[in-house]
Amino acid sequence: MKKIRIRVERVYEVPLWLRIVIPIIAILVALSIVAIIFLIQGINPIIAYAEIFHDAFLTTYGIKFNVVKLIPLLLCSLGLSVAFKANVWNIGAEGQLLMGAIAATWIALFKLKGYPSYIVIPAMYVLGFIFGALWALIPALLKAKFEVNEIITTLMMNYIAMKLVLFLIYGPWRGTTTWKYPITDEFPAEAQLPLIPGTLIHWPSLLIALILVPVIYLFLKKTKIGYEISVFGLNPNAARYAGINKTKVLVIVMLISGGLAGIAGVGEVAGIHHRLRYPSSISSGYGYTAIITTWLAKLNPLLLLPTTFFFGGLLVGGDVIKIDLRLPSSVVYLFNGLILTSLVSSDILLRYRIRLLVVGEEDDKCHS
Amino acid sequence: MKSSKYYLSPFSQTLSSLKKGDIVVLMKGITKRFPGVIANYKIDFDLRYGEIHALLGENGAGKTTLVSILYGIHQPDEGEIYVYGKRVHFRSPRDAIRMGIGMVHQHPRLIDTLTVAENIALSLKDAPFINPVPNVEELIKEYSEKYGLKVDPKAKVWQLSAGEKQRVAILRTLISGAKILILDEPTTSLSPPERNDLFEAMKALVEEGASIIFISHKLKEVLGISDRITVLRKGRKVGTVSAEESSPELLIKMMLGESKPMSIGLGLGKAKDQLHKVGHKVGKKILEVHNLYVLGDRGEVAVKGVSFEVREGEIFGIVGVPGNGQRELVEAIVGLRKALKGVIRISGVDITNKGPLAVINMGVAYIPEDRIKYGLVLDLTIAENLILKDYRRPPFSGRIMLNTSYISKWCLDLMRRYDIKTPDINTPVKYLSGGNLQRVILAREFSHNPKLIIAFRPTYGLDVAATEYVQKLLLQEKQRGAAILLISEDLDEIIELSDRIAVMFEGKFMDIVPAGRADAERLGLMMMGVRFHEEDKDTCGKSL
Repeated sequence: MKKIRIRVERVYEVPLWLRIVIPIIAILVALSIVAIIFLIQGINPIIAYAEIFHDAFLTTYGIKFNVVKLIPLLLCSLGLSVAFKANVWNIGAEGQLLMGAIAATWIALFKLKGYPSYIVIPAMYVLGFIFGALWALIPALLKAKFEVNEIITTLMMNYIAMKLVLFLIYGPWRGTTTWKYPITDEFPAEAQLPLIPGTLIHWPSLLIALILVPVIYLFLKKTKIGYEISVFGLNPNAARYAGINKTKVLVIVMLISGGLAGIAGVGEVAGIHHRLRYPSSISSGYGYTAIITTWLAKLNPLLLLPTTFFFGGLLVGGDVIKIDLRLPSSVVYLFNGLILTSLVSSDILLRYRIRLLVVGEEDDKCHS
Repeated sequence: MKSSKYYLSPFSQTLSSLKKGDIVVLMKGITKRFPGVIANYKIDFDLRYGEIHALLGENGAGKTTLVSILYGIHQPDEGEIYVYGKRVHFRSPRDAIRMGIGMVHQHPRLIDTLTVAENIALSLKDAPFINPVPNVEELIKEYSEKYGLKVDPKAKVWQLSAGEKQRVAILRTLISGAKILILDEPTTSLSPPERNDLFEAMKALVEEGASIIFISHKLKEVLGISDRITVLRKGRKVGTVSAEESSPELLIKMMLGESKPMSIGLGLGKAKDQLHKVGHKVGKKILEVHNLYVLGDRGEVAVKGVSFEVREGEIFGIVGVPGNGQRELVEAIVGLRKALKGVIRISGVDITNKGPLAVINMGVAYIPEDRIKYGLVLDLTIAENLILKDYRRPPFSGRIMLNTSYISKWCLDLMRRYDIKTPDINTPVKYLSGGNLQRVILAREFSHNPKLIIAFRPTYGLDVAATEYVQKLLLQEKQRGAAILLISEDLDEIIELSDRIAVMFEGKFMDIVPAGRADAERLGLMMMGVRFHEEDKDTCGKSL
C-alpha cells in the first residue's frame, strides 16, 4: 500500500518570477472570495469584475477619478514605506491625514483668511505636514522612551483625530452658512487648490506626490539617515552596537510618515471638499488602504505608483459596486482586508515549499 | 531496576544478549542535500556496543546533520539506517527515542523556572499523571549515583551551572531509556574540571552498557576519551581510526585535507609562534577600568568591583566560565550597558556611560560574542555591513548622502585583504559561511588600525582554519601596537595568546597572572572559584 505524505520545507532562495507571481495569486484568491459574496447576492462575479475593471481602468471618467484617489494613497504610502523600512508599524496614517485636514481648514478659514492663494496654499501644505508629523511624533516618543507598542498608539490616535474633527465641526467651527449642518463654511476661493480642468485632480498635490517618489527612494537608498533606517529596521541590536540613535530614527521616520499623510489631508479638504466635514467623508480609509499598497510594493517607493493606481481603481470600483450593483460599499473594505490577509500569508508560501512524497508500505509499518 | 516501571524497552531482550563490540547502529550510504549544499554524501558510520565513537570535523563538515538524521530530526535523501540490526525509518525524534536513542544538545533545552525533577518528569511519557515528581526524584538519585552525574533534583534549573544543566540533560535521556547517546559538542561551555567530570561520567556510562557518539572539533578531547574516531570533511567521510593508532597530526591532516595541512593547520601555527615571540613592548595605558560595578539582566550585580588596565602592544586575557559577568563587563566598556559604579577610561578620556558612539569615536574595535545578533545585519549586503561603523564620516559619506562609489571600492579592497569569499559585494551576508561572516566583522573592525580591540569569544564556533586566522590577526594587531582585551572561556586560547591573564568568577577577578607563570590546571580551578594564596602554592580550600 502506498501512501502520500506531505512535507513542508524551508526555501532559501526564491526565484524572481515566484516573487512576482505569488502576490498576483494572492490578489486572485481575494478576488475569488469576494466573488462568492457576489454570487450570494445573485450577481455574476465575472460580469461584476469586468464592469469594475472596465469602469476603473478603461474609461476616461474612471481614470480621472482613479487619479483623484491615487493622490492621497500615494502620499500616505510614501510616508509608510519610510516607517515600515524602520520596522515601525504606523497604522495611524488615517489620523495623521485628518490632522492635516484640520490644519488646512484652520489656515483657510481662520488664520490666513483673505490672503492671496500664493500665500495660503503653501501655508496649508506646510502646516498640514507639521500637524500630521506632530500627531505621529507622540507615538514615536512613547515608543522611544517607554517602549510603548506603536501599533496600538498610532491606531488609537486615529480615533482621537476623528473625534477632534467631529468636535470641531459640531462645535467651534460649525459653519454659519450651512443651515446648522455639522460642516464648516466653504473655503474662500484663494484657499481652494487649482484643478486640472474637467477633473477633480488637484494637481499641486499630485505634483508633490510624484516628485516625492524618487526623492523618498533616494532618501532610503543613498543617504546616511536612510542607511540608519535600514539597519535599525532589520536588526535593532546591530544598530545599537553601531551607535545609531534609536530615538532619532524613530522620530525621523514618524515625522516623515505623519507629515506626508498630513499633506494628503490638505489635498482632500482644500482640493475636493473645500470644507472640513465628517471624517469618513474626507477620507474613505486612505490611511488604511495605504498600508496595503505599501506592503504590496514591498516598501519600494518606485513600485508604489502601480500599486496605488491599482487600489485607486478599486476604490472607484467601489462606487461601481455601490451605484451599479447596489451592494454596500463596505464590500470594498472587505476586499481590501482580504487582499492584505492573502498577501501576508502568501509571504509564507514564498519561504516554504510543500512537497508530496510517496511512501512505501514497509516504511509505514515501522511507525504503526 | 526501578526505571522499568516507567520504561519498558521493546528490545530489552536484544540488549541483554549484546556483547562488547557488537554493532548497535549502522548507517549506510547516507546522503542528505539541503538547498545549495550537500550536507552528507554517501557516509557510512557504525557504532559498537559499549564504545565512545567520536565524530570529528570542522564546522560545516556534516557532523550535526549526520546525527540529526540518526535522531530523526532530518530524513536522509539516500541511505539506510539499522538499529540493533533492524532497518528503521525515523520520522521524528519520537521514533528515535522509542528505539532507545537519546540526544544531548550543545545548549540543553530545559525550562529555567522548573526544578530538575520537574524538567525530567516532563519528558517521561509513562510518569504518573498526578504528582509525578517524588518518584522521579528517586530515579534521579539512583541514576546520578550510578553514573556520578551529581545534581540536586530539587534545584531550579536557572540556578544551575552549564555543566549541571548538561548533567540534567544526560540524566533525562538515560531515564527515558536511552542506551545510545548522542552528545553534540557537550564541552563547549564547560570549565575544565566540569569537563573532566563529564568524561568520567561518559566512561561510567559505557561500562554500564551505553554506547556514545561524541561530537567535537577539539582534538585533545577526542583523543583523550574516544575508542574510535570518524573524521568528516565537507560532508564526506574521510575515515575511521582507532584512538590508539591516531595522533593529532594525523587527525588534523584528515580534517583539513591532504594538501592543506602544511600551509593552514601547522604553517599558520608556526607563524603564530613567531609573532608571539617577537615579544611585547608595552606602551601607554589605553584602557583603564577602575572599581567597576555593572548590573545583569535580572537586576543582579553581575560585575562586582573589577579593576584592570590594558596597555599598547599587550593582550590582556579574561578567562572564566560563561555567565560570571564577562558579558556585562564587556557591554559596559563598549557603552551598551550602563555601569552602576566605577570609571572606564580610554586613552585617559572618561567614557563611562557615554554610550556606544562615544566609544566607537575613540577608535575602539569590538568583536561581539554574538555575531549574528550584534555584529551583522543579515539582510544587508557585505558592503552595507562593512560600513556599519564608518558610514558617518568622510570619505564614506558627505553631509547627507553616502558615497557609494568610494564605498564599493573600499569594500572590494577589504574583501581582498581579508580574503572574504563571495560572488559580489551586493550579496546579502546571510548567504556567507560562518568563517566568512567573522571575516566581515574583522575586516570592518580592524581596517582603521584601532588602538583598542575588544575581542569577545572571537573564535567561538569557528573551525580550525578560521580560528588560526583570527588568532593570527589578533597577534598581528598586537604587534602593530594595539591594546587588546580578549575574553574567552577557552583556557588554551587564553594561555596561548595573552600576556596577562585574569580569571573571572562570580563577577570578580580571582587573580591576574602574567602568562609566563600561568598554569592551566590552577587557572582551571580558579575558574571554579578555588582561591590560592600567594605564600603557599597549595590549594587552600574553596572560597565559596
